[in-house]
Amino acid sequence: MNTQIVAEEPVKNQYKRRTFFADIFIRLIKEKPMGTFGGAIVLIMLLAGILSNFIAPYPPLEIHPGEFLQAPSSKYILGTDNLGRDLFSRILGGARTSMIVGLVAPAISVLLSLFIGGVSGFLGGKTDMIIQRFVDAWMCFPELIILLSVMAYIGQGLWQVVLVLGITGGIAGSRTMRGAVLAIKENAYVEAANAIGSGVPRVLIKHILPNIMPVVIIIFTTRMSGAILAEASISYLGFGIPPPEPTWGGMLSTSGRRYMLQAPWMVLWPGVALSLAVYGINMFGDAIRDLIDPRLRGGLGRYEGSKINKARVKKLAVNK
Amino acid sequence: MGAYIVRRLGLLIPTLFLITIVVFILIRLVPGNVIDMMVAEHVYDSQQAKEEGAQQIRHMLGLDVPIHVQYLRWVGNIFRGDLGQSMWAQVKVIDEVRHRLPISIELGLLALVIGQLVAFPIGIYSAIRQDTVWDYVGRSTSIIFLSVPGFWLATMIWVYPSIWWNWTPSVQYIPLSEDFFGNLRQFIIPALIMGLSGSGVSMRMTRTMMLEVLRQDYVRTAWSKGLNERLVVMRHALKNALIPVITVVGMGIPVLIGGTVIMEQIFNLPGMGRLMIESLTQRDYIMLSGVNLFIASFVLLNNLFIDLLYGYLDPRIRFN
Repeated sequence: MNTQIVAEEPVKNQYKRRTFFADIFIRLIKEKPMGTFGGAIVLIMLLAGILSNFIAPYPPLEIHPGEFLQAPSSKYILGTDNLGRDLFSRILGGARTSMIVGLVAPAISVLLSLFIGGVSGFLGGKTDMIIQRFVDAWMCFPELIILLSVMAYIGQGLWQVVLVLGITGGIAGSRTMRGAVLAIKENAYVEAANAIGSGVPRVLIKHILPNIMPVVIIIFTTRMSGAILAEASISYLGFGIPPPEPTWGGMLSTSGRRYMLQAPWMVLWPGVALSLAVYGINMFGDAIRDLIDPRLRGGLGRYEGSKINKARVKKLAVNK
Repeated sequence: MGAYIVRRLGLLIPTLFLITIVVFILIRLVPGNVIDMMVAEHVYDSQQAKEEGAQQIRHMLGLDVPIHVQYLRWVGNIFRGDLGQSMWAQVKVIDEVRHRLPISIELGLLALVIGQLVAFPIGIYSAIRQDTVWDYVGRSTSIIFLSVPGFWLATMIWVYPSIWWNWTPSVQYIPLSEDFFGNLRQFIIPALIMGLSGSGVSMRMTRTMMLEVLRQDYVRTAWSKGLNERLVVMRHALKNALIPVITVVGMGIPVLIGGTVIMEQIFNLPGMGRLMIESLTQRDYIMLSGVNLFIASFVLLNNLFIDLLYGYLDPRIRFN
């Protein structure tokens, strides 16, 4: 008995307690090279968006008369468009638009899905039944269809797009959130909190909310790429953010399509930037999901052949 | 199974009711200036005639009676198969939908088939050769398919083949009844683009589910009986792994509908998506609401079908 306790101690000490985010961050770099790569792309995008005004060689809306449809050169590294605007500067401006869409819309989505999913899952019963029928009905409208229809009513613009994307994503995400709340509600600690007389707000904030964080992060990362792609799609169709605002979808749209045969770079770069950004977010989001999904956490059941687990097995064996 | 079907059908009614409410509200939200815009289209002799004209338009839109009467009248008309008439042209919404629908269905079905034909083999192979080079290649491919926006890929297909080989996709729509192979040639490119971007999701789902199922006891039993890999994978594992994949494929249908909107626009196919964009640009709100109602009902039936199929395939759901 005694010897067993002694033998277990070094194993315990090996895993220092870190905060949740620090733990995710360190494991991301250690275990998920592709996820780290994706994260780097996201970081570059963020910086490009934030610093676009400082690093862009020209203002994104500045027209250079007589220099339209220029091929990429040392003066305009990605070329110019039909009005002689520098494409590199416009791509950076587009990064800024996409970043605003990709951060604010998912934030709205998360808050809304927390609210709807929380109320529906926590209260249950008739309330849940009624709310879920509304969600059912809403989800029968494909996202692009809802976006296009609503934009036709409320008018085009960056903040309109962000708001509509946030709401559609929020209602869709509320399903996942409700499921998670239902699962957490069943736990003994929630029962215990109820038993000692905690009120509903206290249970929600102290017990449900911290445990739902993984779901929040997953909804946020999936909505990030979803929102950026959706904004690009509707701007491409001409119903999103109106010109001359630099957006990647918009750059591929009307003028891009008109001049694409004379100046293919006009439609090449926005697409490359968009694909790269979405690729980075997807890789990063996937890695984060793997790291925080409890079903995949630890355990030797997954990736039996992977290096990390082999190393872990070895470590455990040594410690024994 | 009977009770399950009844329960599912029971849920259909409130959802359908809420769908009609959403669509109805969308028509009621028609900005007032549309009536002014329509009035401005005509030349009236006097102020009084103008007023009468506006009144007539309001009557046509059904805006001249109390709101609940408007709704009941509208729903009543729907039950009689009357979705109203286009605000600009002398065509009935239902006739227009009837003409456009087959084109979108053809495109969507082709895309669905292509997507799954790509997704299943790669997903399965990725799972049975987990953590090998081919697994990484397969997974990276699926993320790339997910990340590259279809409308950009489609734009690229208009640009580069035209510059390099002087080849462009057909601009004119070729009906199926006139030229079968010409029609197929025209549809295959947009269907391929949509299919590939749709395949990413089911590819990953197939892989995840296969990984889970391959660790089950009955699969181990199958191995220990001395069955070869083909039998174990195809007969024992795949059947169970595919059940959740079917749901994911079904949930992808609304995304596919969004995809047809974009692809029909780019490849000049006069389908439902094209109809939607046309009614949006012409501000034909009656046509738009008809299209919306139609699409939402379609998705609702699709969801019901997926649920029933799921219940049929997985007895655990039925008896829950």
